[in-house]
Amino acid sequence: MTKEYKTINEIKGPLLFVEKTEPVGYNELVEIRTETGEMKRGQVLDTSNEIVVVQVFEGTGGLGKESSVKFTGDVIKMPLSPDIIGRVLSGSGLPRDGGPPIVPDVSKDIAGAAINPAAREKPRAFIQTGISTIDGTNTLVRGQKLPIFSGAGLPHNDVALQIARQAKALGEAESFAVVFCAMGITNEEAQHFMADFERTGALERAVVFLNLADDPAVERLLTPQLGLTTAEYLAFDLDMHVLVIYTDMTNYCEAMRQMGAAREEVPGRRGYPGYMYTTLAIQYERAGIITGKNGSITQFPILTMPGDDITHPIPDLSGYITEGQLIVSRELHRKGIYPPIDIRPSLSRLMNSGIGAGHTREDHRAVSDQLYAYYAEGCDLRGLVAIVGKEALSERDRLVLEFADAFEQKFVNQGRDEDRSIFDTLDIGWNLLQALPETMLTRIDDHLIKKYHPRYRKKE
Amino acid sequence: MEVGTGKVHRVAGPVVQATGLKSHMYDLVLVGEEGLMSEVIGIAGDKHVIQVYEDTAGVKPGEPVKETGAPLVAQLGPGILTSIYDGIQRPLPKLVEASGNFISRGLFVDGIDHKKKWEFEPVAKKGDKLEPGQTIGTVQEQLLIKHKIMMPPDKRGTVKEIKSGNFTVEETICVLEDGTELPMIQYWPVRRARPSRSKEAPSIPLRTGQRVIDGFFSLAKGGTAAIPGGFGTGKTVMQQTLSKWSDVDIVVYVGCGERGNEMADLLHEFPELVDPRTDRPLMERSIVYANTSNMPVAAREASIYTGITTGEYYRDMGYDVMMTADSTSRWAEAMRELSSRLEEMPGEEGYPAYLGARLADFYERSGRVTTLEGTEGSVSIVGAVSPPGGDFTEPVTQNTLRITKVFWALDSKLTQRRHFPSINWLDSYSLYDLTLEPWFVENVSPDWNKNKRRAMSILQENAELEEIVMLVGSDALPEDQQLTLEVARMIINFWLAQSAFHPVDTFCPYKKQFDLLAAILQFRDHAFEALARGVPTDVILGTPSKDALAKVRLLEDYEPELEKVRAQMESEFKTMS
Repeated sequence: MTKEYKTINEIKGPLLFVEKTEPVGYNELVEIRTETGEMKRGQVLDTSNEIVVVQVFEGTGGLGKESSVKFTGDVIKMPLSPDIIGRVLSGSGLPRDGGPPIVPDVSKDIAGAAINPAAREKPRAFIQTGISTIDGTNTLVRGQKLPIFSGAGLPHNDVALQIARQAKALGEAESFAVVFCAMGITNEEAQHFMADFERTGALERAVVFLNLADDPAVERLLTPQLGLTTAEYLAFDLDMHVLVIYTDMTNYCEAMRQMGAAREEVPGRRGYPGYMYTTLAIQYERAGIITGKNGSITQFPILTMPGDDITHPIPDLSGYITEGQLIVSRELHRKGIYPPIDIRPSLSRLMNSGIGAGHTREDHRAVSDQLYAYYAEGCDLRGLVAIVGKEALSERDRLVLEFADAFEQKFVNQGRDEDRSIFDTLDIGWNLLQALPETMLTRIDDHLIKKYHPRYRKKE
Repeated sequence: MEVGTGKVHRVAGPVVQATGLKSHMYDLVLVGEEGLMSEVIGIAGDKHVIQVYEDTAGVKPGEPVKETGAPLVAQLGPGILTSIYDGIQRPLPKLVEASGNFISRGLFVDGIDHKKKWEFEPVAKKGDKLEPGQTIGTVQEQLLIKHKIMMPPDKRGTVKEIKSGNFTVEETICVLEDGTELPMIQYWPVRRARPSRSKEAPSIPLRTGQRVIDGFFSLAKGGTAAIPGGFGTGKTVMQQTLSKWSDVDIVVYVGCGERGNEMADLLHEFPELVDPRTDRPLMERSIVYANTSNMPVAAREASIYTGITTGEYYRDMGYDVMMTADSTSRWAEAMRELSSRLEEMPGEEGYPAYLGARLADFYERSGRVTTLEGTEGSVSIVGAVSPPGGDFTEPVTQNTLRITKVFWALDSKLTQRRHFPSINWLDSYSLYDLTLEPWFVENVSPDWNKNKRRAMSILQENAELEEIVMLVGSDALPEDQQLTLEVARMIINFWLAQSAFHPVDTFCPYKKQFDLLAAILQFRDHAFEALARGVPTDVILGTPSKDALAKVRLLEDYEPELEKVRAQMESEFKTMS
């Protein structure tokens, strides 16, 4: 029934322009065969009676006017079965690990429909990542999307790996299934990820999609959709808690810009297409929990901010969709502190619903606020010290300054394999606060001080 | 009207071109075999340009495009209250029933239930001549909200027959002499403002019970206000407080392009809020629109209009309505996206050149009006803006500030200091100051604006002094300036700060607001008078009545206590040396 056409009129960058076709559906999957018999896949971007525009995922190299084009009449679908766990796939979903193709139980449309807000459950289950700066001061909850904003040359990948390794719900041994989507990362980075997955056995509960830096950029546009479709299957069909890590969103957005330029669209801010906000939202909003389902999708997108500029369109638009962000700081990294997460600009918007009595511990909010307040003040004082010298500080200010230094060394700094429980994290916080007079603990209620302050606890 | 069919010519994302249509601009059409809801947004030669409210994957050239002969309309009638809608007035819970947890395509669900029967009580009688907007009868929509069934704004006539009893919204309740059969339901194109007889001056304040708003930056009924929706500014608490305490009858909340999890939070929590004045669920007088950022962009663009249309409809019944749009920046973002799909020439930062005009059009639909029937109603709009990177010079914020008359500058620094409501008193403003003054003079006190200005100038001076204090410390200041600092602190802590969680303090009536501020200013006058007599500042600041003043705001029946404190103040200052 499906005809093959040899009516390619124009090939430009990743785009094919096909003429004189029967009516072709928008977003339809396209199969293209070169003269030498090589198969490529593509997707319809624009369709009309006169001309159909196809973007080719594997690049247009080797295609010519004699190549034949077949419209499949169907949108792109991801073949899914429980066997997909443990597999390594390419950025367009084909096996990359030498294994057999996936025999699907179901095939799902990768575009994914929007979750009805009325069917969403409010995320409130605490996730312990074992990293103090996250658990203690920017708590993650199941169903959240919390990106890591980083810069070139910073250890964001290590942070992501550590999270993937250590993340668990409090009091449950069961860990997360991980869907890992790499978009445009280097071969070296990919090996680093894979080696770590293999070393820790994480691969047994992971699905990996790899689109490397030298793979076609267009393919990248598909990768997160495939990953998230897989995640939705694991979460809502197989009742698993899924952690989706994708790196690097910046490459994804670059690919979007590249496609926009190839299609001669009117560019928006800094040349990125005007629909970037919606496209990002469609990916990010696939996180969440659905009422009546046991699984959940939590997202950790990683993006490197070009020039460390947080007002750049990619971090800026992301920040408006995601529920907070973790900022990896160059300054802390230079000081040799790992993980170099700067808690001041970092934020978890869903933190409040996942902490406190019944979730973590009743003093969590207060301790977090207090640590945050004095660390922020201490950092401001550093600026002052640079001008007037330490001697000019009051006794109180000196204490705060010392607190900030100690905070970075003991609370922020931790080992790459150090898995701190939330209670350890809070106790480290209390030990740091102990250096300050009790009257300075203005954010913490007296009864919490009496209960948790090390001075009173020792007496017990 | 004759309804025709055309054919899809081209599909590119949410924009579709079709041939063979006779539709007008902004008419609703149904695209493809699935009948996707769409709107005509341009006509070029023999082709119509159409924006589709749903995902267009799979739509082919040659598929039918059905005309509806009418623009995108809202369904207006009993049953709107308590609803939770998407941007094109489809009830979200109904969509769950129809298509499960994910929103699928081509679903058409009525905005109001067409099967439910309502008890209709006629007001008009046989032989009455009914003008547009005139009440035909009423329906008790909620326990406390009476829904007026009105003549559509474009119809008039003499009543031939009027019914009474239980009807669905589609059944005829009234027949006119010319044979027109009127059901309770009305359809109104969302992009067109509903007419009223005249717009009235913004001369009545919208009482919120919040001292910083009512006392300093008051909003008029039918007025417009902007709040920056940055994170950590206490926007949510502020919106809830406004919904709970404002003296409006109906609350319309439009969540436009916001986060799904946040909407889930709102949808779970809003129905649990209790209206403090009636002890009934707040939801009984609310309408919620939730169009999250991943739902189709064209529906996001429409949501603001759908929201304001339902607001206007209740205004026409003589109610005071408050609409919150959260956030207008996401709405502008939707306009930008559609504009770029249409390959329009971009204006500033890629926004279409008509951004300012569209924002103005929307905010102009607010207002206190005399309705067609001659009663009074109002729609006030509170629009949140979320400037990227907190940069207030960007086009959406700038265009919004040009139109709105009130700006409540929510300030994250105040939130961090746990000062609520976190409205910055130096950056905020209200341009209704003068138009509202006569009302306050008549209803509260002739000194309302005078005291307000005095307090403001003290705070302004305080801000300048604080900069000096940062450098030299407060001890280095002359005594009179130290007093000013202290008085400012009293205004900030005893008056501007207000606890949303304290049962009494959460709502402060006008009289109490005025009395409390007057008492603080009285303290100031005494203090400066004492200082002139040579009393040292630490004696003045140690006055016991000063601390007593701090507690008065927490009392329901505050007047006797305030009297006592004022008398105490008088005697303390008299004997002070």
